[in-house]
Amino acid sequence: MSEPAVPAPLAAPRTDLTDGQWHRLHPATPLLRGGIFMVAVLGFVIANLRERLIDLFLGEENYGGDPIDEIYQRGGTGWALLIIAGVLLVIIVAFYLSWRMHTFRINGEVVEVRSGLVFRSNRKARLDRVQGVNLARPLIPRLFGAARLDIAVAGQDGNVQLAYLGSKLADDLRRDILHLASGLRQSRAADAAPSLTVPAVLGGDAAPTLIGPPTAHSALGDFAAARYNEFVAPERGPDAAPPESVVRIPPGRLIGSVVLSGFTVFLLLAGIGLIVSVIAGSSGWVLVAVLPGLIGSVGYYFSRITKQLRFTIAGTADGVRVGFGLLSTSSQTLPPGRIHAIKVSQPILWRRFGWWQININTAGHAGGASAGNPTSTVLLPVGTLADVEKVLELALPGFTTDTHGALVENGMLGGRKADSGVADFYSNAPSRAVWLRPFSWWRTGWAVSGNVALIRRGVLSRDLILVPLARMQGVSVRQGPIKRLLRLASADLLAVAGPVTASLSVIDVDEALVLFQWMSTGAVSSALADTSHRWSRADEAPKPAADQYGETE
Amino acid sequence: MPDSDDVNPPEHARVEPSERLDLVGVGEWKRVSPKYVLVEIVGTILFGVVVCGGASVLWLLLEQTWALWVGLAVLLMTIINLVFEPRRVRSIGYLLREDDLLFRRGILFQRFVAVPYGRMQLIDITRGPVARWLGLADLKFVTAAATAGVSIPGLAEADAESLRDRLVELAEIRRAGL
Repeated sequence: MSEPAVPAPLAAPRTDLTDGQWHRLHPATPLLRGGIFMVAVLGFVIANLRERLIDLFLGEENYGGDPIDEIYQRGGTGWALLIIAGVLLVIIVAFYLSWRMHTFRINGEVVEVRSGLVFRSNRKARLDRVQGVNLARPLIPRLFGAARLDIAVAGQDGNVQLAYLGSKLADDLRRDILHLASGLRQSRAADAAPSLTVPAVLGGDAAPTLIGPPTAHSALGDFAAARYNEFVAPERGPDAAPPESVVRIPPGRLIGSVVLSGFTVFLLLAGIGLIVSVIAGSSGWVLVAVLPGLIGSVGYYFSRITKQLRFTIAGTADGVRVGFGLLSTSSQTLPPGRIHAIKVSQPILWRRFGWWQININTAGHAGGASAGNPTSTVLLPVGTLADVEKVLELALPGFTTDTHGALVENGMLGGRKADSGVADFYSNAPSRAVWLRPFSWWRTGWAVSGNVALIRRGVLSRDLILVPLARMQGVSVRQGPIKRLLRLASADLLAVAGPVTASLSVIDVDEALVLFQWMSTGAVSSALADTSHRWSRADEAPKPAADQYGETE
Repeated sequence: MPDSDDVNPPEHARVEPSERLDLVGVGEWKRVSPKYVLVEIVGTILFGVVVCGGASVLWLLLEQTWALWVGLAVLLMTIINLVFEPRRVRSIGYLLREDDLLFRRGILFQRFVAVPYGRMQLIDITRGPVARWLGLADLKFVTAAATAGVSIPGLAEADAESLRDRLVELAEIRRAGL
């Protein structure tokens, strides 16, 4: 949930889960993590094996009637019920054990999860290394009012996952974790209640929505109403105003942007090729081979659109919050200073409409890149120039003066030829670069301002790349024989892995050395001045013992 | 890409047609051990022998004439590589500046890298069989960046270890987040 503009005088944590004790997840977790599918599959198998089972138990072949009738007639009701009860009992015990062994704890420094019945696993994440917190609600858990909390730390597969939690609880826990990570000291109740968080009953309460002490509103009507409210407005909590999104994307624009993609061009070409091959008299097998793919592409469009619908982006006290999704939703919080590179780009098909997309590189992927979720690196799926400016304000706080605005606009639209006479701010590639970049040489340039390096490039797909110097990992320049003949060079700003590569393919050789000096000194000085790893630590807060490198990290 | 013959660069390019990329006034580059040439030569020869051997098997036993041409081309490349090897190794250099590590390598394809000490994630020292025989080691400065940062080959083992300790010490002082 969002914080008010003036942070409240550090309220007590909203959940009692951050007390450093071991806690358990939502009791329905095993079901939501795939148990439902297991039960469904079991049912399917039993339905299919019906004849066989009857044959086995009743010894009667070619049986055609209702097995329930048959059992009843033979007086086997008791046995049948006993078997069903036994199977159910085994499943429930297995689920219960796996739930019971899956525990997590959170204190001021780490989030730790341990799980596993036979093979134990234990994962720990340092809170000051949190790269992002993602609150995901896949469709089915969402219907049951549960949510998954992913805490991303740097590195591939560096996620600590709390799946699943009650929806409201997950919201509050996210806020608490971000507060702890931000370095703010929480006024924690000295005598935190002993571990009352283990629900005493399993399956007794029809709708256990919270882990904590069961609340009064377990009536079915309340449950349904709560589910409905969460479903309609997943960002709206009962006690906090939702962060107002700075960008509104009309569904029409989103659909248009997905349709006007390289994938559509590919499909059209494939379709033309298909028609040509059919006309040319090839047999129908090409059609048979390609048509399923074409039909499958409809699914691709559908999933792309539903994933990106209802996009929201807003600034909160704990960073930028990005929300996505129509059926399955995800809401990612990126604390300040976790964005390593930003790319504002416009594919040529979007130019007529003036649409832009923003992608980012982050050190960890809280959106769960492993789950095939491409949205975790998108900061704006499709937006206008004004939208881009608003999003960049959130992503790069402090990069908001008129000069910066002009730099961004020039970087997106401008070029060396386009505004001759008007100040361009960029150091552009010389005209002899036309030999290597016949179309885009006049747009290839770089600039540094406000501890942000900007690279402008590309004509077919216009790109503007912004790299905060405090996050840059290094700089390199290179030159091969052809570039040496032309007195050119190329430069790369090294950044963490992601969709954005900050490279400048042609640059004057002397400029390259200037850039090298600028970037290498700028990277050092801004890294020293950077304090975003504990982004809002209060002055009086004592440093945790584990934080040996101090405030200026 | 234009060939070197039909390039007609504008005026100031013609004045100095082969301006090299070079950092001036940064200080004295430290070179890697001259013995490292041997490691490179052994590697190049091994590669050449394996490819040429495979090609001659194809040519002589399976009577594939094209393999002869491939083999000859690889042989020529290997010989050219061997000739330039000493210069290439001499071109490798590193420099510890106040706040960052500079690295350079290459003659035809030059590359300069600067990595701030504070960005260090870990330092890796590896030794290949030939390098170990010569008492050499490779030092790799690993950052969070996607592309490999800096890898200094051919340091004497003692140098590699003292350089590692020095870099770790410098990184501790200037530690930055990610």
